[in-house]
Amino acid sequence: MCLAIPAKIISISENNDSLQRMARVDFSGVIKDISLAYLPDAKVNDYVIVHAGLALSILDEDEAQITLAAFAEMNNVS
Amino acid sequence: MELTCPLPLNYQQIVMAHGGGGRLMQQLLARVVQPTFSNDYLNQQHDSAVFTVGNQRLAFTSDSYVIKPLFFKGGDIGKLSVCGTVNDLAMSGAKPLFLSCSLIIEEGFPIETLQRILQSMQETAEQAGVMIVTGDTKVVDHGKGDGLYINTAGIGLLETDLIIQPSSIQVGDAVILSGDLARHGIAVMLEREGLDFESEIVSDCAVLSPLVQDLLQAGIEIHCLRDLTRGGLASCLIELAHSANVHIEITETALPIIEPVRTACELLGFDPLYIANEGCFALFLPAEQVASALAILQKHQTGQHACQIGTVQSTHEQGLLTLSTAMGIIRGLDLLSGEQLPRIC
Amino acid sequence: MFHKQAFRNPAIAKKLVAAIAQISTQPWTIMEVCGGQTHSIIQYGIDQLLPDNIRLIHGPGCPVCVTPLAYIDKALAIASVPDIIFCSFGDMLRVPSSHSDLLSAKAQGADIRIVYSPLDALKIAQENPNREVVFFAVGFETTAPTTALAAQQAKQLGLKNFSLLTCHVCVPPVMRALLKSENCQVQGFLAAGHVCAIMGYQQYHPIAQRYRVPIVVTGFEPVDILQGIYQCVQQLEAGRFEVENAYSRVVKEQGNTAAQNAMQQVFQTVDRNWRGLGEIPQSGLMLAPSFDAWNAELKFNVQTINTEEPKACRSGDVLQGLITPPQCPEFGKTCTPEHPLGATMVSTEGACAAYYRYRRGVN
Repeated sequence: MCLAIPAKIISISENNDSLQRMARVDFSGVIKDISLAYLPDAKVNDYVIVHAGLALSILDEDEAQITLAAFAEMNNVS
Repeated sequence: MELTCPLPLNYQQIVMAHGGGGRLMQQLLARVVQPTFSNDYLNQQHDSAVFTVGNQRLAFTSDSYVIKPLFFKGGDIGKLSVCGTVNDLAMSGAKPLFLSCSLIIEEGFPIETLQRILQSMQETAEQAGVMIVTGDTKVVDHGKGDGLYINTAGIGLLETDLIIQPSSIQVGDAVILSGDLARHGIAVMLEREGLDFESEIVSDCAVLSPLVQDLLQAGIEIHCLRDLTRGGLASCLIELAHSANVHIEITETALPIIEPVRTACELLGFDPLYIANEGCFALFLPAEQVASALAILQKHQTGQHACQIGTVQSTHEQGLLTLSTAMGIIRGLDLLSGEQLPRIC
Repeated sequence: MFHKQAFRNPAIAKKLVAAIAQISTQPWTIMEVCGGQTHSIIQYGIDQLLPDNIRLIHGPGCPVCVTPLAYIDKALAIASVPDIIFCSFGDMLRVPSSHSDLLSAKAQGADIRIVYSPLDALKIAQENPNREVVFFAVGFETTAPTTALAAQQAKQLGLKNFSLLTCHVCVPPVMRALLKSENCQVQGFLAAGHVCAIMGYQQYHPIAQRYRVPIVVTGFEPVDILQGIYQCVQQLEAGRFEVENAYSRVVKEQGNTAAQNAMQQVFQTVDRNWRGLGEIPQSGLMLAPSFDAWNAELKFNVQTINTEEPKACRSGDVLQGLITPPQCPEFGKTCTPEHPLGATMVSTEGACAAYYRYRRGVN
């Protein structure tokens, strides 16, 4: 549940059977083959959140930018 | 740490964690091994025993090498078995001279593989300027060993008058680290069966005696040296803080960790502060000599990432290691029970 | 990597801490549900950064911690069957049962292997067709889909030498159980971000409404956690009790529907004992009857093993926020990471273990 970290999809081995859909991902210098069985929309260059060999969700870069922008706007309080 | 108030030994049998460099190993040594052999040399609790023969001070040490896989990125069991023992000698300030080599070979082990490993030992010995002058060979039944175990013992000569040992650590000392953290442990872990990770992470396995000899020749007043092996930086500094009765503080943002190693640690749930190196040491010295020591270390490829990571803050009865975190918080670091296991949650 | 440094930026963290201090006018008690969040909080010292009026209670969100003794005894029984390859996540190995632990069983010769994924265990089964391979499937809704995938693949491949000892648990029922307790101190929740990545957060709306508690879906980096706390305090101060998402780069309201569908096919919901908390209705997942052939409990006939929990352990009180770990009389004395009495000392993420490891000797 907890230990899930982002990885970038380098390549996808497409398979007619969705259960067997695999991706090769890069965790900043550590490469691993993981399952994309439950993320039919994931594509190469997407960042996905990986837990125990399975991609859980696609990381939404726009949302990350919105969050970070909100912090930048937050007034400095002393 | 439990010497005064021992917890009961909970295991009736040896478990892997007894060799993991953490609390269980300390307990085993403190309660089973050290009381049996107790003497002044052993009780120094340093990587080597230092004693005088005639007018010469000599250092003597021994280590056994058990590693899966036998070959890994950046080394093999042979190179490791020379580096480890040479480095233990170097950590007393000694110049390593002679090594022994004892082989415990599993029946069926390919001779060609053995030759490769011995060749690697010889090459590493030449780099370190030591000779392998004696040894022993035993063969055990098929299935009774992981191919090959190696034990090496080593003798070195102290040409310095400095007493390099934990009790020489002083309040105000700077702590320098000679290289980046956790690289050996992660390189080996990622190649282990069952994890199926690929990376370019190369073990830092290397001979450290040239660095130490250069420091000594330049007149650096070394107070203590300790190479980071099992248990990593935190375990090493906790033991030293305990032996020297001091409070050591290290700074999180100063710790050199390469990005793939950091990521691998996050992936497996490891704390890099507790992961082994095999070519990296902590150096305690007067603060005013930090710049000159770093200049010497950084000339060596093995020492190119050398940097100051902390200071000895004060005396402390039980010994204490703290980490000043990136968030500006100070927290204590304690020994782990044993080796870290990959965690999922 | 991807924005990682930004979400660990001390300057942003300090800004959020100041903002929390500025908006809070009274004491608030917030529970982080997930053990991964507890780990980050202690590791980065977030609880020390927060103003004194914000109190964090470390939640039950560590599946290793809450796995009942009975299942560890079942695991040991299976692992000691001759010629079995027993696969597990590393953190389960040190968890003591009533009489032993998997590490000790390994020391006595059992073939116990640490894997990163149930899919790796499946691979071991394919490579060792003449041996039985069992995977110990623990974890919350984050981990359950990977188990579901392993089960589906095993069925598809007709793999007969692979089976699963399944002890998955679900987060919403335990939140309800905690809130129902008379003594419950929790005024707001940080919901577990990666559980929500799978399950979404629709199921939290009724909990927030019924128990009038704000629930903020929260990530794991220090800035994520502080943002979750900030939003939670904002709601508490305004008297609101809604479900909000402070981890929108990873979590969508509906979650991962493909994974949810797989879980529905593979699992059925059951009542489950939680170590330190007792039985919680409809809080566990076990394999559905259509997967009986891959159910290790049936295959190795261990379903009748039933072990009582020790009484001295007050992990239930720790989890409910009634005491902090050092307030337990056994803490650091008879109960240590080497010899844990209960759930919260067992895993490095357990509240007691985290306190023991990071706090001892300081102050």
